[in-house]
Amino acid sequence: MLIKRRTFLKTASLAAASLWVPRFLQAYARPDALPMGGKILVVVQLSGGNDGLNTVVPIRNDIYYRERPRLAIKADRALRLTDEAALHPALSGLHRLYHSGDVAVLHNVGYPNPDRSHFRSMDIWHSASPAHEYWSTGWLGRYLDAQCSQKPCPAPAIEVGDAVGLALRGQRRKGLALRTPAELRATTRSAYFAEYAATGAAHAAGEAPINYLYKTMTEAIASAEYIFEKSQVKPTSFNYPDTPLGRQFSTVASLILGDADTVIYYLSLGSFDTHINQPLQHQRLLGELDAALSAFAADLKAQGRWNDVLVVTFSEFGRRVAQNASGGTDHGTANQMFFLGGGLRQAGLLNELPDLNHLDQGDLKFSVDFRQVYATLLERWLNADSAPILGQSFPLLSFV
Amino acid sequence: MNPTDAQRRLKHLLWRAGFGPAVVDWPKTRQRSPQEAWQGLRRLSAEDIGELYVTSDVIRGLFMGAGEFVRVEDLTPEERRERREQSRDLMQSLNLMWLEEMVYTQAQLREKTALFWHGHFASRNLNIVFQQDLLHVIRTHALGHFGDLLRAVSKSAAMLAFLNNQQNRKEKPNENFAREVMELFTLGRGHYTEMDIKEAARAFTGWGFNAKGEFVFRQNQHDRGTKTILGHTGRFDGDDVLDILLEQRQTARFIARKMYRFFVNEDFVPEERVQALGDRFYDSGYDIGSLLDDIFTAEWFYDEENMGNQIKSPVVLWVGLRRSLPITLDDPEAQLLLQRALGQVLFHPPNVAGWPGGRSWLDTTSLMLRLRLPHLLAAGGDLDVSPGDDDDIAMGQSRAGRLRRRLTAELHWEPLFQAFAEVPTEELLPTLAHFLWQTPAQEDRLAVVRRHIHTGTREQLLQSATLQLMATPEYQLC
Repeated sequence: MLIKRRTFLKTASLAAASLWVPRFLQAYARPDALPMGGKILVVVQLSGGNDGLNTVVPIRNDIYYRERPRLAIKADRALRLTDEAALHPALSGLHRLYHSGDVAVLHNVGYPNPDRSHFRSMDIWHSASPAHEYWSTGWLGRYLDAQCSQKPCPAPAIEVGDAVGLALRGQRRKGLALRTPAELRATTRSAYFAEYAATGAAHAAGEAPINYLYKTMTEAIASAEYIFEKSQVKPTSFNYPDTPLGRQFSTVASLILGDADTVIYYLSLGSFDTHINQPLQHQRLLGELDAALSAFAADLKAQGRWNDVLVVTFSEFGRRVAQNASGGTDHGTANQMFFLGGGLRQAGLLNELPDLNHLDQGDLKFSVDFRQVYATLLERWLNADSAPILGQSFPLLSFV
Repeated sequence: MNPTDAQRRLKHLLWRAGFGPAVVDWPKTRQRSPQEAWQGLRRLSAEDIGELYVTSDVIRGLFMGAGEFVRVEDLTPEERRERREQSRDLMQSLNLMWLEEMVYTQAQLREKTALFWHGHFASRNLNIVFQQDLLHVIRTHALGHFGDLLRAVSKSAAMLAFLNNQQNRKEKPNENFAREVMELFTLGRGHYTEMDIKEAARAFTGWGFNAKGEFVFRQNQHDRGTKTILGHTGRFDGDDVLDILLEQRQTARFIARKMYRFFVNEDFVPEERVQALGDRFYDSGYDIGSLLDDIFTAEWFYDEENMGNQIKSPVVLWVGLRRSLPITLDDPEAQLLLQRALGQVLFHPPNVAGWPGGRSWLDTTSLMLRLRLPHLLAAGGDLDVSPGDDDDIAMGQSRAGRLRRRLTAELHWEPLFQAFAEVPTEELLPTLAHFLWQTPAQEDRLAVVRRHIHTGTREQLLQSATLQLMATPEYQLC
């Protein structure tokens, strides 16, 4: 005997029927939950290995033009930053922000013994492990562990997407993944779940897996409710580009304007893995990035919040200096990072352009360890002690 | 021991040494003692395995160039893309085929142990033929001798390619393969030096594979010089390195410890116990079956601290659910998205170290999906997941857009009705809780469930109670 689906529609709707959230969950939504000084970090992951040399173009470098006869961006098309460097033509918004002092660029960021596999190198950037170690937590996740151990943190870190990546996974605390606040709430709103989670309080606390599960469930319900509320307080009215990244930034802006206690937002764009016919794909991706970043900056400036925000971009690696035979570029090593915000202490180009005279088997040599950047962001922007989070001390940089 | 406790021990064994009790067999299985059940698992898992394969000889020839080596560089970008996509599609078929095997096979112990090795010998590879061959190696030797398994895996095209040994040549050694063999496959960190790795890498020079995915030893790329590895000196090749590694007692202890954490307890690992297990494993000549005998027949296996406290991996959760509540999916490929959404896609480990397991399986997002899963299935909910971020496979050419799959399934309740036909209606909820959960059922929690089930007919009660009991934190544990 097989039962028809209709029977279960009823069962399932029972579980979604109520709009009720128990009082104890609301305790999470206290306004003073995170004493972070209002600083917000927005990480934009450029997945797939962005071609740094065609992003910030070394317009006076003969080697660049020699190694990339088909792909090099001509100096007269590029958007001038300095006598030596210019941006890809798709980055006109970034170009304007650069000249208004809202952008800093750090070149040659990488790590020793670079790995050219996407997922492995991304793993290294996410976990901040040395290249020969495998860590199962992320650098921002460990920051959450450190910050949220004692006090309630309703939604300290949000990844706009389907799942929480390694970067936001700590030992005890993890970021929250959402596509939109409304969708997230729809998945947690249920009288059954609320009542069920409420039983957690009556049983022994501790480190046992069952307690961890109840805690996570309670947190999911409370954070979803909290985030949804915050997203409704003052939703942005700015006209964001109708692209995936544009929509992600629009969600982030609404939460910032609604004074959510979220300190970290994590976004991604891809795929920058331009092995074949690079120019069109790269143009499209950089265009999407540029439009979304410009809108976000304009929105937050108009709302007086641009000084509280630091946007950071990174990619798991750059690409080889020489073009390949398919009109593209293959996996490389060191790359640049962009920093955007009203709170930069130092804007412009922060260090020297890549040295194409001294390559390591056709690849750029790094001069800044990415963990120095992380240490700087943790210490100087998020006001955290970086050594326990990164496993050692790194010399700090001075851009924030 | 009261019958409930006895059954809990039995289910503990079935969950850890397999993917949980199959409800269709439950009326028979529940009569058995754990000892009888263990012998049954051993017997049924020792039988000849059928190879799981998705590639016909024609496809194999196509991928391998029918004996003629087709260099990827010689293909047009369009041909390369087609090949990648075909490979990906076949990889998905292999994934689903293995999943079915886990659900339906009587050789539960073998497939569960193969899943362990699948994480231990983690490999991501674009080539379906390589991956399929590696799976066959792992399933064949899952309960055999670790030495055979290690040698076969180390000589598989999947692993040699994944760990870059094709690029390991005497003029220009690549240490990746040697490093992972020591760090992840045998000794573990801290039991070798950087010099051991450099020297072992030299010994592995020349190990590679041909166009058919067969192991080849390329004499002219091999470094014939003298190497010193872990105190031994000689003109070693790769086989010698593996022998040296197997001679180390530490290798047996490392494997025993990892198995203990996988099968028994992630958090509490008594040092003396795993050391003793490792030493017996070593003395048995690395007989994996007898190591598992030692684990699953030990009285401590049933200690309270070892029961009901393991967070199910996504694969164990899903396969286990399908065993306790048989279903027919309208769209079996929805299971691929489900794996992605839950955080474990077969053949796609996060890195060479495999899945970290334990608490890392769960965050608020994946837990909520797990809790909603039974009702999504019953009501035919949408699973809407971005296709992805897998640049190693997509090579920048990913198909745009989102993937949306409907998780519609026909749920087959008859076996559950039959298995619990004798239970008085008022006892049905606690009985089901004992069947579905491995943690003791707390009264206040059962009370919540009771408030949220249909009590109209016995059928409605059983169905709604089953779904609600699966939509709980308790169900995430085994």
